[in-house]
Amino acid sequence: MANSVPSRTRSSAPPKAPSGRPNQLFRNLHSKIALTPMILVASVIFFGGTIWTVIYSFTSSRLLPRANFVGLTQYDRLWASSRWWISIENLLVYGILSLIFSLVIGFVLAALMDQKIRFESAFRTIFLYPFALSFIVTGLVWQWILNPEFGVQGIVRSLGWTSFTFDPLYNPDIVIYGILIAGLWQGTGLVMCLMLAGLRGIDEDIWKAARVDGIPMWRTYLFVVIPMMRPVFITTLVLIGSGIVKLYDLVVAQTSGGPGNASEVPAKYVYDYMFQAQNLGQGFAASTMMLLTVAIIIIPWAYLEFGGKKRG
Amino acid sequence: MRFRAFAAVMAATVALPCIAQAADLEVTHWWTSGGEAAAVKELATAFDATGNKWIDGAIAGSGSTARPIMISRITGGDPMGATQFNHGRQAEELVQEGLMRDLTEVAEKGKWKDVIKPSSLLDSCTFEGKIYCAPVNIHSWQWLWLSNAAFEKAGVPVPKDWNEFVAAGPKLREAGIQPLAVGGSAFQVNGLFDTLVISLGGTDLYNKVYKDKDEETAAGPEIAKIFAAADDARKLAKGSNVQDWNQATNLVITGKAGGQIMGDWAQGEFQQAGQTAGKEYSCLPGLGLNQTLTTGGDAIYFPLLDDEEKSKAQEVLAETIVDPKVQVAFNLKKGSVPIRGDVDLAAANDCMKKGIEIISKGSTAISTDQLVSADTQKQKEDLMAEFFANESMTPEQAQERFASIIGSAD
Repeated sequence: MANSVPSRTRSSAPPKAPSGRPNQLFRNLHSKIALTPMILVASVIFFGGTIWTVIYSFTSSRLLPRANFVGLTQYDRLWASSRWWISIENLLVYGILSLIFSLVIGFVLAALMDQKIRFESAFRTIFLYPFALSFIVTGLVWQWILNPEFGVQGIVRSLGWTSFTFDPLYNPDIVIYGILIAGLWQGTGLVMCLMLAGLRGIDEDIWKAARVDGIPMWRTYLFVVIPMMRPVFITTLVLIGSGIVKLYDLVVAQTSGGPGNASEVPAKYVYDYMFQAQNLGQGFAASTMMLLTVAIIIIPWAYLEFGGKKRG
Repeated sequence: MRFRAFAAVMAATVALPCIAQAADLEVTHWWTSGGEAAAVKELATAFDATGNKWIDGAIAGSGSTARPIMISRITGGDPMGATQFNHGRQAEELVQEGLMRDLTEVAEKGKWKDVIKPSSLLDSCTFEGKIYCAPVNIHSWQWLWLSNAAFEKAGVPVPKDWNEFVAAGPKLREAGIQPLAVGGSAFQVNGLFDTLVISLGGTDLYNKVYKDKDEETAAGPEIAKIFAAADDARKLAKGSNVQDWNQATNLVITGKAGGQIMGDWAQGEFQQAGQTAGKEYSCLPGLGLNQTLTTGGDAIYFPLLDDEEKSKAQEVLAETIVDPKVQVAFNLKKGSVPIRGDVDLAAANDCMKKGIEIISKGSTAISTDQLVSADTQKQKEDLMAEFFANESMTPEQAQERFASIIGSAD
């Protein structure tokens, strides 16, 4: 008996395989054909492009890519460059603050909006409106508002407070906060909308139950509603996070990295070195470091998030 | 190689639909300020007179905005008919890669070797014995532009050199005048520093640092003096909240600022504003000290095209650029010096005449764009931008970094 069972599986397996495999391959053939271009684009352009960039970051390519490998020279230079350090520092300050503030402001606005107020849709439109503007327009608008001669400082001074000083864009120590203000103005509306959608998704009965138990409203929000909104928070986090890493056009429009290079960001370093300095190798090294940073944050998170789900 | 094949295919797809057209030539450049645009018009008119058509491809912003666009068009297989670059090494790799057109025949016909002065201009166009660009003009950085009205208001005589200018700084501040106008973009402070090196430190020092790339000199006491002077300039420049160089020039034109260190292209702005040298404004070549000018400037490069008619038009344009009459018309408007010594510039104003005299005497140096790579220039720009904006950075710290940039320069 024991002998015949394996032999039977062995004899039945070969005829099954040829008929089984094509089945797998040709199942949903139409959708697979339709997906092919996307898969090709994703693998060749995104994945291939990434690999190519990483490889060429080890070369001494200048204006044109050349496979002249020089080891880690570009990375040594990158980490010795004070501009790169300033860029990283700025991105950290901007990133952390913009993450905290857009979540907090977005959530508070959404919670206020959720109190069945009048003209809710009008307020929603007003808060979301800045998001319809590009970063370039946002940057230019805030460049004017923060300009010491025409903007806030000028207006307050003309009202009589002549010693009032508010010129973040011309002060190297606080310039990144000037950019942060513009970034928040543009981005919080979207966060608010996402949060509002999340709040609306919370069952009315939960609120009733909390009220019956006599839990104050702020505690209900903090300990019941927010944990229930986890998926919304994750979506928001991804959106804000990607916005932070690619921060470039806002800086270009508002300060073009100045004063001096006090408001430089990594993405701008990449562009400037690739195209202005005609040093592709250096730009590739910087962009590889950006990729690495994102990977260090994303991979453990994705592992926890999706790996955990599969197990459970 | 694959890259070039791809570029060629792309070029073919773009070039094919244009075959029927006569020779329209698109010329890209970043000559967009008032004086510059007037000069380009002269060039365009002269080219149109040959029966071809000049399609203007002006790119706003400074060269650092325009060059990436031009380069990606050429490498991406959508070359224009002709394009501006500065004298020097900005197009070096494009030439090496065979993307640029060989102009040797045109140059030999026009005897460029004999007429173009100084010869370093043509050397910059030459690669492996062949000529790849047509020089347009000579620009020098070493000029201090002064507003006579501003000094009158402050009650001090118009300075004769940089030292007097620095001494007059506090008086200007008292009178509510910005002593030195410097725009925010990095190329301006970088050029200012190089000007201090050659005008205050002398031509030998300049050559040692930028030509020989001697790290020891760059770390030495002579450059330390230059950084001290740059520290003066930093203090004088504090408070000029403008971005572009021509906005800074405008502060001088309107008497809101005492002076500006800027190349002779600033002169076109004074001219556009209807001011005359000596009356409303003064100019000090070499900052009134070392009377040596660097001979940078612009050249037109011609990408390799498949279209025969356009290639012919490229030759015509190259001839037009070097033509004596066009040289005069263009450079008068632009405020730059012609690339040939045999033209008559009686119409030139006082400042230009001073410049021409210095250059014809031969006291010239090669510009930093020709001596160092774009990469080194960018690193210098980063350093200078930081130094000028960040007052807590001492001249000593800046010099240390400057020396290491020069040490690794190419």
